[in-house]
Amino acid sequence: MARINLDHIRHAYGPNPKKPSDYSLKEVHHEWNDGGAYALLGPSGCGKTTLLNIISGLLQPSEGKILFDGKDVTNLSTQDRNIAQVFQFPVIYDTMTVYDNLAFPLRNRHVPEGEVDRRVKEILEMIGLSDRAKKKAQGLTADQKQKISLGRGLVRSDVSAILFDEPLTVIDPHMKWVLRSQLKRLHKQFGFTMVYVTHDQTEALTFADKVVVMYDGEIVQIGTPAELFEKPKHTFVGYFIGSPGMNVLPAKIDGSSVDLDGQKVALSFAPKIAAGAKTELGIRPEFVRLGREGMPVTISKVEDIGRQKIVRATFANRPIAIVVHEDGEIPAEPRVTFDPSAVNIYADSWRVGGEA
Amino acid sequence: MEKTWNNKAWFMVLPVLILVAFSAVIPLMTVVNYSVQDTFGNNEFFWAGTDWFTDVLHSDRFWDALTRNLIFSGIILAIEIPLGILIALNMPKKGLGVPVCLVLMSLPLLIPWNVVGTIWQVFGRVDIGLLGYTLAALGINYNYVNNVFDAWVTLIVMDIWHWTSLVVLLCYAGLVSIPDAYYQAAKIDGASRWSVFRYIQLPKMKRVLLIAFLLRFMDSFMIYTEPFVVTGGGPGNATTFLSIDLVKTAIGQFDLGPAAALSLIYFLIILLLSWIFYTVMTNSDAQS
Repeated sequence: MARINLDHIRHAYGPNPKKPSDYSLKEVHHEWNDGGAYALLGPSGCGKTTLLNIISGLLQPSEGKILFDGKDVTNLSTQDRNIAQVFQFPVIYDTMTVYDNLAFPLRNRHVPEGEVDRRVKEILEMIGLSDRAKKKAQGLTADQKQKISLGRGLVRSDVSAILFDEPLTVIDPHMKWVLRSQLKRLHKQFGFTMVYVTHDQTEALTFADKVVVMYDGEIVQIGTPAELFEKPKHTFVGYFIGSPGMNVLPAKIDGSSVDLDGQKVALSFAPKIAAGAKTELGIRPEFVRLGREGMPVTISKVEDIGRQKIVRATFANRPIAIVVHEDGEIPAEPRVTFDPSAVNIYADSWRVGGEA
Repeated sequence: MEKTWNNKAWFMVLPVLILVAFSAVIPLMTVVNYSVQDTFGNNEFFWAGTDWFTDVLHSDRFWDALTRNLIFSGIILAIEIPLGILIALNMPKKGLGVPVCLVLMSLPLLIPWNVVGTIWQVFGRVDIGLLGYTLAALGINYNYVNNVFDAWVTLIVMDIWHWTSLVVLLCYAGLVSIPDAYYQAAKIDGASRWSVFRYIQLPKMKRVLLIAFLLRFMDSFMIYTEPFVVTGGGPGNATTFLSIDLVKTAIGQFDLGPAAALSLIYFLIILLLSWIFYTVMTNSDAQS
């Protein structure tokens, strides 16, 4: 278990990077607390796996340093860093039994056989494969194999951190829940530093204390699930977190009033915006009130998703989503108001603070 | 369900039947025909029964040649398979080195067999061959023409030069199909180089190794052209393999009966041994 510092890390896969776009991972400078559970969330190709592989040492960063508990490990091999990592697709040693698969990382480190047996049995119990311990791993199903991969990541009790690279992709939905809560329990029990890569926001938000959202090789926001929801720092976070994502509308800012293609909205603060910046207003569908007062909208579609309805409408010549309670009425001449505390203003896609 | 019988369907398989008949069945049946009869030409045949088979199986010539075949195949398999694996493991996985290595490896496989024989025949000659001359200049008494050991060494080295590439290419194909995640996981698990080979690479190469093993066994057991060109079966009969013996019997002595019997026995031995290898190797696969 360790505190991990990423000190101005950058990475490019090609040689001689010059432009920022040459970097798959733009500058990351961040500290992962000892014993924290983090989720790295972002779309495919945003650099999540690159960052993870840099932490585990499978990849050497082009620039920057990595510190474990203050000790520079940038040039240490994966073995020496003492990291456990679980990959997206199951990796098992076909010719070994399930038991030997789990014992492999321990035996390679010359752990006494008694301790190996105790740990392996514990993990077998946890992943529910005790009855297959003596069987060859070859004939198992994909999710059983992935459970073995997961088990190999968890079997060592002395690791600096456990990294998960979308480990539940191949597991069926019910089992996902079970395994995820087991991981969470394990985290509480042993206090491993855990970093969990995923592109599934539900997974990220349920697993982690802190979610790190990545976009286009950059960390755009680090925060608790609530912060990500209420105050997305970047329009991408607003769009990526939540379902449906945040409504982002082009806006003209004038002091503390916003002009949305002719519709005026008053703000509780006057954002400071650099001249020439592209300004936008962001509001979550949950905070748009549909009623008989306010600004006019044209409804195009209503999706009933059970406990609530999602109204797709056109507002100020822009598509907008509105979340309405399941028995909320939809008036014939609909109008909307925005909850003032939930309005975020963005300049060049980054949030402009007012009250903060 | 009622089956439709349509005799026209036979026309569909007829081309294949004719092709296989001419390429395999008819020649094989002629051999069977010769093996149970005696002939002195003029299309006159006399029934000989199993006499030729008995003769062949009781001749030292046959057993000596068979022993040579077994020793030769054993030696080249014992060298080419591990060597092939070793080379494949050390070949580059990406970059410019890949095509360069692949082309270099394929070259010996592209050379016609009698040319390979000629190359080594000249290469090993003490008077003009680079190898033979160099060895002689170094004071090493090397002469594949009259020394049994030298003749064998020459043939074995030639076969290794000619055919190890095949094993390399097959193993390489098996190796590049292993996803990177396996090597990464092995690093994470702290596996040694040997463990990576033993638990990841070898299991993933198993199938291609089985093919490589069978191909190299069958081919080396049927070897003819190269030793025929290099040593002609000599010195004495030291490198007379079954195939060379067969040609001597059939074409040199024109003993068609014994030659046909020998052919069939030879064929059955290869079939039997290949079947045994295949069964043993796939069985160990099924058990695991």
